[in-house]
Amino acid sequence: MPKLITQVGCPYCGAACDDLEILVSDDGKKILETRNACVIGSEIFHHATSSNRLTRPRLRQPDGSFKETTYEEAIDYTAKALLHAKKPLIYGFGSTNCEGMSAVGRVSEKAGAVLDNCASICHGPSFLAIFDNGYPSCTLGEIKNRADVVVFWGCNPMHAHPRHTSRYSIFPRGFFTNRGQKHRTVICVDPRETDTAKLADHHLMVKQGHDYDLFDAFRTVLRGHDIPKEVAGIEKARILEAAEKMKNARFVMIFFGMGCTHTDGRNHNVDIAISLTRDLNDQTKASIMAMRGHYNIAGPGQVWSWQFGFPYCIDLSKGTHAHMNPGETSSVDLAMRDEVDCFVNVGTDAGAHFPIEAVKHLKNHPFITVDPNINMASEISDLHIPVRIVGVEEPGVVYRMDNVPIQFKKVIDGPEGVPSDEELFDRVYLRMCELTQTEPIWIHEKTHVPTTTSQVD
Amino acid sequence: MATITMKPFKTPELFLECSNISPDVFAGKSPSEISKLEVREGKIRNELGDFFEVTGTSGTTAEDTDIVIEGDCSRVKYIGMKMTAGSITLNGNADMYVGGWMKGGSIHVKGNVDSFCGIAMEGGEIQVDGDAQNYVGCAYRGDWRGMRGGTIHIHGSAGNDIGTFMLGGTIIIEKNAFIHVSTHAEGGTVIIKGDVQGRVGGQMVKGDIYVLGDVTYMLPGFKEIGQVDKTIAGQDITFRHFIGDLGERHPKKKGQEIYGNLFLRASSPSGIPQ
Amino acid sequence: MAELVIKNGFVIDPSRNINGDVADIAIRDDKIVEKGGKDAKVIDARGKVVMPGGVDIHAHVAGPKVNAGRLMRPEDKLFKSPNAQEHYRMEMGFSIPSTFKTGYDYARMGYAFVMEAAMPPLHGPHVHEEIHDTPIIDEGALPVFGNNWFVMEYLKNEEIENTAAYVAWLLSATKGFGLKLVNPGGTAAWAWGLNCLSINDPVPFYDITPAEIITGLMKTNEYLGLPHSIHLHHNSLGIPGNYAVTLDSLQLAGGITAKNKFNREQVMHSTHIQFHSYGGDSWANFESKAKEVMDYVNSRKNLTVDLGCVTLDETTTMTADGPFEHHLNSLNHLKWANTDVELETAAGVVPYIYDKDVKVSGIQWAIGLELGLYAKDPSRTFITTDHPNAGPFIRYPRVIKWLMSQKAREATFDTLKHSSKVIDATDLHGIDKERTLYEIAQMTRTGPAKALGLSHMYGGLGEGLDANVAVFDLDVNNMPGDPEEIEKAFLRASLFVKSGQIVVKDGDITHHGNKRTVWVNAKVKDNPQVTRDIHDKFLKNYTVSIGNYAVRDNLAPNPYVIEVDVEA
Repeated sequence: MPKLITQVGCPYCGAACDDLEILVSDDGKKILETRNACVIGSEIFHHATSSNRLTRPRLRQPDGSFKETTYEEAIDYTAKALLHAKKPLIYGFGSTNCEGMSAVGRVSEKAGAVLDNCASICHGPSFLAIFDNGYPSCTLGEIKNRADVVVFWGCNPMHAHPRHTSRYSIFPRGFFTNRGQKHRTVICVDPRETDTAKLADHHLMVKQGHDYDLFDAFRTVLRGHDIPKEVAGIEKARILEAAEKMKNARFVMIFFGMGCTHTDGRNHNVDIAISLTRDLNDQTKASIMAMRGHYNIAGPGQVWSWQFGFPYCIDLSKGTHAHMNPGETSSVDLAMRDEVDCFVNVGTDAGAHFPIEAVKHLKNHPFITVDPNINMASEISDLHIPVRIVGVEEPGVVYRMDNVPIQFKKVIDGPEGVPSDEELFDRVYLRMCELTQTEPIWIHEKTHVPTTTSQVD
Repeated sequence: MATITMKPFKTPELFLECSNISPDVFAGKSPSEISKLEVREGKIRNELGDFFEVTGTSGTTAEDTDIVIEGDCSRVKYIGMKMTAGSITLNGNADMYVGGWMKGGSIHVKGNVDSFCGIAMEGGEIQVDGDAQNYVGCAYRGDWRGMRGGTIHIHGSAGNDIGTFMLGGTIIIEKNAFIHVSTHAEGGTVIIKGDVQGRVGGQMVKGDIYVLGDVTYMLPGFKEIGQVDKTIAGQDITFRHFIGDLGERHPKKKGQEIYGNLFLRASSPSGIPQ
Repeated sequence: MAELVIKNGFVIDPSRNINGDVADIAIRDDKIVEKGGKDAKVIDARGKVVMPGGVDIHAHVAGPKVNAGRLMRPEDKLFKSPNAQEHYRMEMGFSIPSTFKTGYDYARMGYAFVMEAAMPPLHGPHVHEEIHDTPIIDEGALPVFGNNWFVMEYLKNEEIENTAAYVAWLLSATKGFGLKLVNPGGTAAWAWGLNCLSINDPVPFYDITPAEIITGLMKTNEYLGLPHSIHLHHNSLGIPGNYAVTLDSLQLAGGITAKNKFNREQVMHSTHIQFHSYGGDSWANFESKAKEVMDYVNSRKNLTVDLGCVTLDETTTMTADGPFEHHLNSLNHLKWANTDVELETAAGVVPYIYDKDVKVSGIQWAIGLELGLYAKDPSRTFITTDHPNAGPFIRYPRVIKWLMSQKAREATFDTLKHSSKVIDATDLHGIDKERTLYEIAQMTRTGPAKALGLSHMYGGLGEGLDANVAVFDLDVNNMPGDPEEIEKAFLRASLFVKSGQIVVKDGDITHHGNKRTVWVNAKVKDNPQVTRDIHDKFLKNYTVSIGNYAVRDNLAPNPYVIEVDVEA
């Protein structure tokens, strides 16, 4: 009898839906059917048992080809590369669990590495804004139960977070919003007529790159001052109308995405959006939230904040303390300036996401990818180490876009012999300890197999 | 006055962190002692003498110690960090954090500097003959206490984020600046003699900004209230006077709200309607 | 079998009325025993003070708001990393230290147990992840109940049994320790941007008052017979004149008696009482009402309090009192984080500087110490700083110094810019009382252990208790003339044995210890209505599935579960 596993978390987007139902074959090895998931989420589950899954690490050979190798050898190679480098960069974590991120924290400290995550090229500007201005936010249930004006600014959940609008933000009937969509006024600010914009009651087609000006206009209007007759390509009357909607709402929710963080202004767009949220709280109730991309990309921001005090761009090379200053310690800047001499790409695809110049610099040094899948980064790596897929083959804690922890399940067993991120990095750590003849520091009792015992030369 | 001369003879593979290059650290030390001071290249500990030839004599205090660096420091960070007195003259370029958290004394860089020049500066003087990258005179991440005093004079152009969270002191940019000037500022003066693209004074509470060139995009939160004559860098200039950011909170003094001031040269070929 | 004897120290153990007698403390494995064997390892503590391990009844050390504070304050780390020890994890942060630094610094001060003071249930897994990453110290966490939809709906109709069933379920689901109430009703009002500033302000929509929530949860707590009492952060925190609300709120405990098997006597623990003892009606005529509040507490044996002393530092305020943080932000205009948590609670975070140049800060500082000195029963009055709200926990030794030395208090008065105004608004200047080491041990060890219902584990050095022993470099017969030496001694224990393991020597960490998570499992009889209500709310209002809500066992891998069988 196939088995139906319910309340399964989805390892795709930051909405981290945890109501999926997965039908698994009798032997617990094959995923037969997914229910409740969006098409992308569904694909992740089906992909897990596709025939082209890698189950052993591949090491680049002198002739440029990849050759399959053992995990022991891959761990040894990684440990030595990290120890040898003056300043390695460990980056990624778009798709791992918090357990893996925690294990990497220990490795990075030992390696004197810079530890960074995909926020660096995504919602990093949001962190900069949070550092400077705070983050008046809420959990997604508050929007479902209370929000009557919902603003989508520079984000398009209809494509990027397919179930966001139905589970949390536009359609659901909540406790104080029992008429669902009819209860809510939706405002979309986007230079394009996206599918989200099409759903909106008001679409403000902001002139590309002038979000900051438009935020400033809203703030100025809310304080009772006049504004020019057009700001950022929007007529004054339309700005006044939208401002009035927000002011008269019972609960205003502002969602923002990469349209804020990666157009001109970047962190400042988010910073002033936060200021607008603060202003609105003097008149009504308002909240703001970053539309985080991956299901657990809020995770490293949490785990590393409690371990090191910083969410990303953490330079651990000083040994005594961590240092963070994006612009200096951010992955792309480090790569572009040729400031690191070893690169480990974990659970993401820096090959596809980084500027080509940055990748070229990184390619001058050891380049390692840890990821279940083949991607552009893995194909240019010196070493590719496959791991289990979190949420499918490996359980663990993930942080949803609203920083709510969700305990993901596994639904099938991973391929024989393939470790989780956590196991892999704990083994790398233990190998680094062996090579440096040092005692491991407070590593929780685990069953990870220690590797061979040869010393560093 | 006593002078220590440093001559770079080796370029690091990565970047050198040299927060020890400061009159405060060098004072009272011999060249050989200075050569043994720690510098970092990533996690590797090196000595200053591994990269610089150090000669001359230091003063007994920072105040009477001058440091002259003869050569390029494009891959050297933190020159003059936290210095309180004395001087540093660099005949070449410098990397990030020149004069970071500086309290006194003077730094003269005859080439260009990278980002974070004069970050969280409290006093003293920084002269840069060339260009500066981003974050001139800014605050450290998250700190609401940005530049509090002193002067930063960039003779070339500067990038974005100048004087963020500035509370006091003066920043002068002789040529152009990119975007975001005096964001969140609550004091201080920024003078830009060239053009700025936009977002000047965003979320500004208090402080003064002078732009002698053009502002391409004026923020909607700034309102023109008249014209004033001022003497800036020895020139008598008529300015259009804007106040803002009207979207931001402003303190009250004797019942009157205090705003940030943006002075835009009246004769600028500005696209902003009079 | 590991044996250890700490010999010849001046033992201070209020749980057995021992005050400075020279005696030996013997340890076998993780427990204190009567006598060590002949092979026991001997540590000489001659000329030093030997106390039970410290117990912190209230600190914000783990969880989402603590981490929001860490995340949004990089400047709290800049140039502030004084304690990095080789071969240990990196230690970052001043007012909101990393988990590693938290564990290490508490151990350095000889603390064995710390209670995380506010766990949002929905974020339970996060709290436990952080606890798991905090070395050495034992920890528990108090889930917040005072603004919870279930609680308000049941208590509106005075349904104590249903409330109890829900509370028991949530304690078990979150691996929580007891009942925390933060600005009851007020935080629920904050979800609409409102507040409840007195105990009789109705909670918008819920048709219930803070007083009814407090009384109902007090009754629920005693119905269940939990180790700890309700742990209450009163309404109207931090507002001039709030002492009247505090007195109203404390009076609700009248007529309710403690019912439990844990030797606990109080029915209400009133936390960070400093923030609730304010007179005046504005910041201009702000003054101390410490005496009025403490006089009442002194007269009621069923109350305990902790101080929440202001330490005059730059720190980070964080509380589930969402409306208060919004209010504070309107005063200091610094960055502000807020998280409203669906159906349960909220939280806010704002950096704050208690500035010696500001009159109000000086008065707040004085109020905390006045309360500590006016208390007639030190075993019901505990030293805290509401870490990090009134100051970071590493300032406990400084608070101890102030309580033990009038000279130290006067020295601080001299550093206040408006000391004469502070003196006018408070009594502290005229108080010559100085707390003894015995009283300090009551206020940091025996007292809080008893109030938590954990006196069978912590707070004493009697046979059978957990082997948590702190040795401080202080000579009871020759106490230092310079009060700074007192602070120094308590900041870095000469020796600390936690659960039988030496974890600190000469103020340095020597071992990662055997930390535990302590939680309470109250067993009530099946309550189908409550079960149905819980499922219903998860279906309709929560955005997380019920099956993923409860904290899984692997997140608390070193549990110590206190089982409570409810007879009803």
